[in-house]
Amino acid sequence: MQKALVSIAIAASLGLGATAAHAAILDDVKAKGYVQCGVTGGVAGFSAPDSNNVWTGIEVDYCRALAAAIFDDADAVRFTSLTSQERFTALSSGEIDVLSRTTTWTMSRDTQLGISFVGTMFYDGQGFMVRKADGIESALDLSGAAICIESGTTTELNAADYFAANNMEFNSVVFVDQDEVVKAYEDGRCDVYTTDSSALAAERSKFANPDEHIILPEIISKEPLGPVVRAGDTQWFNIGRWTYFALLEAEELGVTQSNVDEMLGSDNPAIKRLLGVEGEFGTPLGLTNDWAYRIIKHVGNYGESYDRNVGPDTPIGLERGLNALWTKGGIQYAPPIR
Amino acid sequence: MTDIGFVRSHLEESRPAPHRTSGPLAWMQKNLFASPLDTGLTILGLLFLLWVVPPLFNFFIGHAVFPGGTVEDCRALNAGACWAYIYSEIEFFIYGFYDIDQLWRPNLVFLLGALLLIPLAIPKAPYKGLNAVLFLVVYPIVSYYLLAGGVFGLRVITTEKWGGLLVTLILSVIGITLSFPLGVILALGRQSQMPVIKTLCVAFIELIRAVPLITILFMASIMLPLFMPQGTTVDKFLRALVGVTLFTSAYMAEVVRGGLQAIPRGQYEAAAALGLNYWQRMFFIILPQALKHVIPGIVNSAIALFKDTSLVYIVGMKDLLEAVKTKNDSALEWQSSNTSTTGYIFAAMVFWAFCFGMSRYSIFMERRLNTGHKR
Repeated sequence: MQKALVSIAIAASLGLGATAAHAAILDDVKAKGYVQCGVTGGVAGFSAPDSNNVWTGIEVDYCRALAAAIFDDADAVRFTSLTSQERFTALSSGEIDVLSRTTTWTMSRDTQLGISFVGTMFYDGQGFMVRKADGIESALDLSGAAICIESGTTTELNAADYFAANNMEFNSVVFVDQDEVVKAYEDGRCDVYTTDSSALAAERSKFANPDEHIILPEIISKEPLGPVVRAGDTQWFNIGRWTYFALLEAEELGVTQSNVDEMLGSDNPAIKRLLGVEGEFGTPLGLTNDWAYRIIKHVGNYGESYDRNVGPDTPIGLERGLNALWTKGGIQYAPPIR
Repeated sequence: MTDIGFVRSHLEESRPAPHRTSGPLAWMQKNLFASPLDTGLTILGLLFLLWVVPPLFNFFIGHAVFPGGTVEDCRALNAGACWAYIYSEIEFFIYGFYDIDQLWRPNLVFLLGALLLIPLAIPKAPYKGLNAVLFLVVYPIVSYYLLAGGVFGLRVITTEKWGGLLVTLILSVIGITLSFPLGVILALGRQSQMPVIKTLCVAFIELIRAVPLITILFMASIMLPLFMPQGTTVDKFLRALVGVTLFTSAYMAEVVRGGLQAIPRGQYEAAAALGLNYWQRMFFIILPQALKHVIPGIVNSAIALFKDTSLVYIVGMKDLLEAVKTKNDSALEWQSSNTSTTGYIFAAMVFWAFCFGMSRYSIFMERRLNTGHKR
């Protein structure tokens, strides 16, 4: 601790000057040879070790896409698992280059912490799960139901707001720990279990008979989750943002990991621009013109990443919902590359 | 007739045999059924065992799913512990994210450690000095390069990828071996006549003891980077290691000071009368006696450190317990109602095995070194 205090004192006296002289993040990343990416580290489908103990998930895929765009190598990325307390410090201190850790985009975070949200990789929101046998089809049928909730969370407040707004009553059965909530619902101590819908789906997949439970269509809160970068470096922010847009654009144009090489010969001008066959879109970012080709070649498009990690065919089994492209009824929308 | 006072006219009736004082029946009578109260307690105890043991046996062994079983077996209605899950994920529990094709490197480190530590721990094994130098100086350097790579064509594997039992063991082995000498020096410094040294040592010890380990780790992981110039980062693993070591050394110092104070003044004076200088007095006369007295305290600190390493989850590192928790939450292909319970039981058993081993070894050392008071 003493050593730490001494180095704090020294660092504090040098700190200000050193921060001002700091170079562009992209140059640092290129010099290091890898992207340092902060992730959750234990949420199935978002970032977790797979059976070979390699990081997988949609948070992880975003970082791999970033690495692919810069280095043409999806493995030129190192992952740091972060707790929710240390995530913003890790970002602003430069310990990580990008934070891709199910972080909800809120106004205060965006404007007060010296960080910038790149976009919404995943639209989440609070939902309800009930037993299929109860025959409930809409959250509006839930009047008088007993609801299992984790105490002290926004979840609790959202549920109270929703029921009050719809003139309904409910009995809350409150627990301190998420595991207890799930256990209580499973044991039949309440009719409804409510939390973020992605978590609902993940918990449902752990039940003995997942098919006996359904997640109601109503989403009662907004939880836009997205990657975050340090504020103030426009170039790095743009790289982060357009990596996300390229993933979406590729899906919209039907460019996938498997057909991307054929697509290089496509006549569609939008595809030509995306893959760098035509125009100069990569170099102004400080990248090469085939930056998006690299992303798709190594990681695939947004839909592929979604289906691979959290989609209907995975144990998590999340429908696209709001996360479908705008052309398919969702709200994932990328500005045109031109 | 002569006067004969008493003539037995018939045989005395044989008395019952005395109570047996040995053998299992006698033991039971003496210890279990000596009085009505004892009998009642014994019966209650037996009933309790009958109530507790069969379900436990069924959970751990009887209905447990052993390696080779599938997740469907674990999901069965009355299935017990899901050992198959532990077996399938054991690599993550031991090595974390370490590259799976490079596992021979941590394995070699474990093997070398065992080969060097075991002869060091056996009193009769020869070449103690050489062994100690190998274990305390050569081994950490070799292990670091083996694990981190970057030399002799070994692939670089950064500390973010280290995890599981590997991290727990590295943190505790390095923490214990560094905090012990640090603690001795701090204890000696605290008793020093030189005011500057004394004040520094007292301040250090009291500062660290007044702060929970969690706070120190938080400080190292969240505050420290804010004070550092942007872009200079100290490895997270190193920060946690330094934090844990400094924390334990403060406690070690107080334990050792207890031993120093137990040594009578006469020993100090006799040592001085022999014409020995300070370090000679300490190393040849005082410390050997003092440390002997406080072995239980030292081992206590070592065990506490071993268990405290779990707190590094706060700085996002995956020690054994956190690795288990990660897999419990994310290994959806193994989800069943007993999966996470089994994971935690496994972690508890590993922790118990190491801590129990340390405490048994400390008892052995105490007996061996207890030469002064033994007849």
